[in-house]
Amino acid sequence: MAILSKEEAQAILKKTLSFSKADECEVSLGGSEGGNIRYARNAVSTAGEISTMGLAVSSTFGKKTGSATINEFDDASLEKVVRRAEELARLAPENPEYVSVMEPQTYRESIAFVPATAAINPDARAEMVLKSLQVAKEAKLEAAGFLENSNSFRAIMNSKGLFAYNKDTDISFSVTTRNEAGTGSGYVEQSFNDVKKLDTLAQTRIASGKATRSATAKAIEPGKYTVILEPLAAKDMLENLVRGFDARSADEGRSFMSKKGGGTRLGEQLFNEQVNIYSDPFHPELPGATWSGDGRPQEKTVWVDKGVVKNLSYTRFWAQKQNVKAIPPARQVIMEGGTASLEELIKGTEKGILVTRFWYIRSVDPQTLLLTGLTRDGTFYIENGKIMFPIKNFRFNESPIIMLNNVEALGKAQRSGNMIVPPMKIRDFTFSSLSDAV
Amino acid sequence: MKRRDFMYLAGMGAAATMLPAIPVWGKTIDPADMLGSIDPALKKRMADVALNAARSKGATYTDVRIGRYLNQFVVTREDKVQNIVNTESYGLGVRVIANGSWGFAATDKMDNDGIARAAELAVAIAKENSRLLTSPVELAPQKGYGEVSWKAPIEKNAFEVPVKEKVDLLLSVNDAALKGGANYANSILFLVNEQKYFASTDGSYIDQDIHRIWPTFFLTKIDSKTGKFETRNSLSAPMGMGYEYLQARPEDKINGVTTFYKGRYDMLEDAKAAAGQLGQKLTAKSVEPGKYDLILDPSHLWLTIHESVGHPTELDRVLGYEANFAGTSFLTLDKWESKKFNFGSKIVNLFGDKTQKGSLGAVGYDDEGVKTKNWDIIKDGTLVNYQAIRDQAHIIGLNESQGCCYADNWSSVQFQRMPNVSLKPGTQKKSIDDLIKNVQKGIYIVGDGSFSIDQQRYNFQFGGQLYYEIKDGKIAGMLKDVAYQANTQEFWNACTDMCDESDYRLGGSFFDGKGQPSQSSSVSHGSSTTRFNGINVINTGRKI
Repeated sequence: MAILSKEEAQAILKKTLSFSKADECEVSLGGSEGGNIRYARNAVSTAGEISTMGLAVSSTFGKKTGSATINEFDDASLEKVVRRAEELARLAPENPEYVSVMEPQTYRESIAFVPATAAINPDARAEMVLKSLQVAKEAKLEAAGFLENSNSFRAIMNSKGLFAYNKDTDISFSVTTRNEAGTGSGYVEQSFNDVKKLDTLAQTRIASGKATRSATAKAIEPGKYTVILEPLAAKDMLENLVRGFDARSADEGRSFMSKKGGGTRLGEQLFNEQVNIYSDPFHPELPGATWSGDGRPQEKTVWVDKGVVKNLSYTRFWAQKQNVKAIPPARQVIMEGGTASLEELIKGTEKGILVTRFWYIRSVDPQTLLLTGLTRDGTFYIENGKIMFPIKNFRFNESPIIMLNNVEALGKAQRSGNMIVPPMKIRDFTFSSLSDAV
Repeated sequence: MKRRDFMYLAGMGAAATMLPAIPVWGKTIDPADMLGSIDPALKKRMADVALNAARSKGATYTDVRIGRYLNQFVVTREDKVQNIVNTESYGLGVRVIANGSWGFAATDKMDNDGIARAAELAVAIAKENSRLLTSPVELAPQKGYGEVSWKAPIEKNAFEVPVKEKVDLLLSVNDAALKGGANYANSILFLVNEQKYFASTDGSYIDQDIHRIWPTFFLTKIDSKTGKFETRNSLSAPMGMGYEYLQARPEDKINGVTTFYKGRYDMLEDAKAAAGQLGQKLTAKSVEPGKYDLILDPSHLWLTIHESVGHPTELDRVLGYEANFAGTSFLTLDKWESKKFNFGSKIVNLFGDKTQKGSLGAVGYDDEGVKTKNWDIIKDGTLVNYQAIRDQAHIIGLNESQGCCYADNWSSVQFQRMPNVSLKPGTQKKSIDDLIKNVQKGIYIVGDGSFSIDQQRYNFQFGGQLYYEIKDGKIAGMLKDVAYQANTQEFWNACTDMCDESDYRLGGSFFDGKGQPSQSSSVSHGSSTTRFNGINVINTGRKI
């Protein structure tokens, strides 16, 4: 059984630590079980079930650390893995940035595990995929999709007595629907902790609608346009931004968060005042781990408040060096929105472009966080509050920092992948060339 | 190992943060345990257990892969060793055809019971999947080779080199970079050894030993007055070689705007050059957008080949199997059937290759027991072929596979992966200077940088590491904020000139991603320095 209870995990970790002779020792244990179905050309192509569990030991003498892992859990194996970590630690060079393991912490109980998701079996997965295939076939479209679910747990314990445990469930679904002529394509992607929130039939209908409506797209000139980014597109841009909220690279002068002449942009108005970004492992729509990998409690953290940068994340080493609180990196990221629906945002737009999603986003310049990528799976021209016609895909070159300064309006936030983001109306979004891709 | 894990391990993510812990993607082991290998006779016995078990449950075809995958990383920054990791992953995967359908299962329980159970599970899955089958699997015929072996032709097993020697090299690289003016220096050595055994009901028992190496660094220099920073990454290529890759000889070097490396790499020399170039990058002129003739160095062009030629000629993408993840392809079957689709200019010849010595794609046999070879994909500018495996060969009228099957682990199912796809060098003797001297208004690009391409592989944008302005046939100084955009077909039709074989070099990647769940594969792309006329260059400078 790959999913251990808190007590079962605690017992294995305690036993493992009892073999330690190092100055400090940290043991982590994790396991997951789940399965997937992949389909393409309206038929299942592969299906699999995966179950894994592993234990990792990190032993330290002074500032010399060695790590070893194992996937057997009898006493002899546990002792062996501790000895191996200790041997490697003795051989390792000293790490001047080593920070002593943490003192015991208190954590709130995670709300990320949903029994209904944990109970998914291959039949249930097949049933969900069949619904999706049925919609595609009825719409005379070709579907390619992927459905994957997992239940997992993670626990750590160290030689100072810290113990932390989390378990969660996840189900993710994505499907691309294309018409036979290859002139129209639609896509949806959703992730939930709770399988009851996933409706593969309704979602495939949305993708199918996009595929049908995006056929016979017209080319319009690239340039600066007002765009309405659906949550999926907005998430693609934000992910790249949030990863950069790192104090060390900002302090070192090699990040968009670095300030000219030294220091960081912490406290600066970097974005439009409608922009509020926080992380919270207890958000009911996006619950997650209550502690970071090294045992730091994950708390609700405000990153951007009314456009002002409020916090940056730290490693424990860097926080100690800078003498500040070691805030761990954001995990469950939420950008607040307004009350308008996507339709209302469209209605209030004189001229603009509706973007379903972006594709192949890569950093062009880390200094300005300039990104490039393309629109995909449903791009439409809006005029006088109405979707007029589908348009050919564009390549964009835009920085999420500039984008979040050009916010006109935000719609109602919703979960998109592993973020909660609103649809966004943005002015002067830079499209630099056309693509023939569908 | 996935690119994301590597970026994390190497601190190469957007934030370039410190490494809090060792990620776990295999079992960590003592370096001394990485030198041996498992007796082929034992592997044959294990394989036979799986073959017999699957056959007895009704499989009409079975193949077994027994894999031992070893990785070693040494990760440093400035004067510190951040991480030394040794990992091993060992197990067995069984793939079967039953009731006309594929089934796959894998196990790390390597006793007879564990192996037989995996084989039986694979058959059960195949039978389950056959209920949803639209047409039965059609395998191209493949003769059995009996008991054979293949070893990568390396000169020095990098796993035998003491870790201290590797640490000393990387720290000396960082030190040279810092002394040369860089503010930050990260360097990494990444080693791979795949010990793979393949057996099938066709009668093959194939033992292979594959080695890969990738030394790389990334440097940053900050201008404290302006707050601007620039980076310069190593010009090394990941290679299918042993430690000899790091022992460069004078004959492996090509002199130019910087030293280029052919088959061997001088990491220390490149780091010194890079540190100096960082200063030039900070004061370089921002590019005027417009049309330029581009001269692309092989250290840059490999990635453009990979994205614009390698991916759209993958047959599974053409057919729609990757529609939901990697994408489809503009090179649809009708274009191939017409035999006259004008992919590029007459001098453009691109070929699939699984044999070039030192390349990442080189193996003796692929992961379904097919002996590897080379073939034309674009010939004299025309699309003539794709990349296919056994169950796809019939779709493009082939009676044998092209040997492109690969799985990134014993626990992953093998599928069609990109071979080396390389650009044939020019037949006339030409140096880099010969190419540059004919360009009136151009940009010479060295090293790979930012890259992005659409899901059907029409529209792309690439950046590099070093950009030099060419004016009236001469290098006129360094540029910055450069990226070029083009359409694949227009770009390859704008190819007008290239250096000869003496300039032919490989670039490549350890992390070509495809499939759901995603798998990584390693692939090289060769070319000589090549000219493309009238390509659209944009300015990427912004103010925030």
